[in-house]
Amino acid sequence: MDIVALLVILAVLAAVVALVSAPLRGGAAERARGESADAIAELEARKEAKYREIRDAELDMRTGKLSPEDHRALDRQLRAEAVEILRALDDARG
Amino acid sequence: MATVGRALLILALVVALYGIAASIYGAVRGRDEWIASGRRSVYGLAALVAGAFAILEIAFLRSDFTFATVASHSSTTTPAFYKAAAAWSSQEGSLLLWLLLLSLWSSLVLFATRRQLRRVAPYATAVLLGFAAFFAALLVFKETPFGLLAAGAVPAEGVGLNPLLRHPSMMIHPPMLYSGYTLFTIPFAFAVGALIARQVGAADWIRATRRFALGAWLFLGVGILLGARWSYAELGWGGYWAWDPVENASLLPWLTGTAFIHSIMIQEKRGMLKIWNVSLILATGALAILGTFLVRSGILDSIHAFGASTLGVPFVIFIAILVAASIGLVVWRRAELRSENRLDSLLSREAIFLLNNLVLVAMAFVVFWGTFWPLIAEALTGTRRALGPPWFDRYTVPLAIVLVLLSGIGPVIAWRRATASNARRNFLAPALAALAVGAALGALGAASRPLALAMFVCGTFVVASVGQEFWRGIGVRRAMTGENPLLALRSLVARNRRRYGGYLVHVGMALLFVGVAASSAFNDARDVRLAPGQSARAGDYEFTYVRPTSRISTRGGELEKISFGAVVDVRRAGEHVATLRPERGYYPSTDVRGLGPVGRFFEGEATSEVGLKAGMHRDVWTAMTPDIRRMLPTIEQGDRVFAAAAGKLPPALEAQALGVALRGLVDKYLAERPPATFRLITSPLVTWIWIGSIVVFLGGLIALWPGPDVVRRRVTARYAARVAEDLGRA
Repeated sequence: MDIVALLVILAVLAAVVALVSAPLRGGAAERARGESADAIAELEARKEAKYREIRDAELDMRTGKLSPEDHRALDRQLRAEAVEILRALDDARG
Repeated sequence: MATVGRALLILALVVALYGIAASIYGAVRGRDEWIASGRRSVYGLAALVAGAFAILEIAFLRSDFTFATVASHSSTTTPAFYKAAAAWSSQEGSLLLWLLLLSLWSSLVLFATRRQLRRVAPYATAVLLGFAAFFAALLVFKETPFGLLAAGAVPAEGVGLNPLLRHPSMMIHPPMLYSGYTLFTIPFAFAVGALIARQVGAADWIRATRRFALGAWLFLGVGILLGARWSYAELGWGGYWAWDPVENASLLPWLTGTAFIHSIMIQEKRGMLKIWNVSLILATGALAILGTFLVRSGILDSIHAFGASTLGVPFVIFIAILVAASIGLVVWRRAELRSENRLDSLLSREAIFLLNNLVLVAMAFVVFWGTFWPLIAEALTGTRRALGPPWFDRYTVPLAIVLVLLSGIGPVIAWRRATASNARRNFLAPALAALAVGAALGALGAASRPLALAMFVCGTFVVASVGQEFWRGIGVRRAMTGENPLLALRSLVARNRRRYGGYLVHVGMALLFVGVAASSAFNDARDVRLAPGQSARAGDYEFTYVRPTSRISTRGGELEKISFGAVVDVRRAGEHVATLRPERGYYPSTDVRGLGPVGRFFEGEATSEVGLKAGMHRDVWTAMTPDIRRMLPTIEQGDRVFAAAAGKLPPALEAQALGVALRGLVDKYLAERPPATFRLITSPLVTWIWIGSIVVFLGGLIALWPGPDVVRRRVTARYAARVAEDLGRA
């Protein structure tokens, strides 16, 4: 093995060790969020999905897939579900 | 350089194994710093593999024949574009490409989710690194791309790229397929992570990886279609799909992946089908590995399998572990996978999606059974028997018709519950359009092929129902904003990318299937032997073999191939339609033992250049095989002359003499005017397969493109309290 190849391999090894071990050395600012943050993120995502459902239902009504009566009933149900999610979100945020 | 490349791969394997251990330790002990270290292992892995891949590419571009893989898959005369792509035509290069793409996509998803999915992501990281460790181990212990030839064995010239692969679409096809396969491992890994972390009930792992699943579906689909295009234009048999095991292997994860990207919408919206979704993606991930295995193991006979069988055992063990672990995980976590809701009505989009899923899975089962039947038959009877296209067509054609019909119903039916009156309003116009087109085509003679006619009717229904959706959507936008129709269309799609991108995919698939149905049911194909001046008919078209052609191609001052071809005049009802120039190209054999310098051109690879006149209405296609028997005495005589002069002429003079001899040979072919065998095909609507593919691609891109949702999420996060109040009031 020539010396240049050896030096390149050692340099790469050092760089990889530095990259991978940075969090263990406390040098990285990365901090995953705690359990409550996970729950909030999940609820946020569920809220967005519910909002999307509400918007989809409105588009379905406007394009004729849902009658205004059906849409009213569905919209009421979806909004009630959204409120539940928002309440849970408030609880999670304390 | 080879030493550095090999060292990078060993380091990649070590980093992958370390990352698996760090991620699992961090997840089990709740140690964030170990989880972060495991995630960084993936970034490190990507950098190491990218370095190894760059070294291999440089070796190919520099024609460094000390690398065994470069000597056996490239040559100095290979064009630079094909030299770069030749790296993945080899077994070891393609495995390295797989690992590179896996590590890049894994880095992307883990970077994007670095502040999310705290409990799921570490296990997903371990799974992704498990895939990486498997492929890195293959590259370190079984198939190294950095093997060197002994000093005395380095050839002055390489073997060159397989001539069949010298086609632009073949250069993009493998990276597309492998991107599809590797992208499918991402939702697979997150599903496993969610199962282990008991988070599978929540849909956040689906939301975090949905775009990757869609990207996988799109890349794999494009890869499959590029392969079909290559088959049609390059292989010389006149078709685009042969139900070949390797083609089927790429179709399997695409079918289950298609089912997955539909059914996850039901889990996102309704909290239903959790067990189904997780099972689908676990099956898709395993099928993606199976696809790679089939290409690389050579276990089934295929025109596309470029691999040897040295990797069979490790792949079988790996797939067995994947399947067993997947089934075990689903059974273990079955309590978490209970549905939160029930199906409200059979007349709902959920029900249609469920039916579409069943059809797709049934198709996947048919394709799987037909593909592996030779192995099953051999195990049961001791005799290997393959199932041909008619067997596949018998089951897949009716299923495809139902699938196309469902893809037309889905867009016009509401979620949860559609009423009969709304269904009537939404289905009436598309159904009438479909029936009118069906009646017209039936009157024109399409009734003789009822399955094809059914596909035309269903395809029309899809186009009409999606057209109606766009029309009504534009109407709504115009009523709300007063925009002109084009602006209304643009803003409608921009605000609902997922919905309208998906609709466009449905239209593309309908066009594609209509093209397949028409070109399969109404094509005319003939194999004929013609002498110059003779004619033959295929359908309404008359093909006349006008005269032979021949030429010698050189590249970089070296003789590349000898081509014998034909000029074919095509007429319909006496009117000139096209002049086609099919050719057969003969590349010299690289194994020169016992072969003369002239004869070796006819003992190596031969490729077909098809003559094709493509049109929106019909393709006229021909390929030819020249009868070179009359040339054999001349070829043998040439070889004898060169054998007698061996060692007596300087190399430059010998090369010049060979050029003169080959020139004489191609001139003799023109003078002799020998007969040739032609395959003549006229096939309707083939072009619509490629147009449909482009529409599918565009629709997929629209659905995949980040829409206002992402922006909206940030805004709503900022004003969450206000939105809560608004919705609370409502």
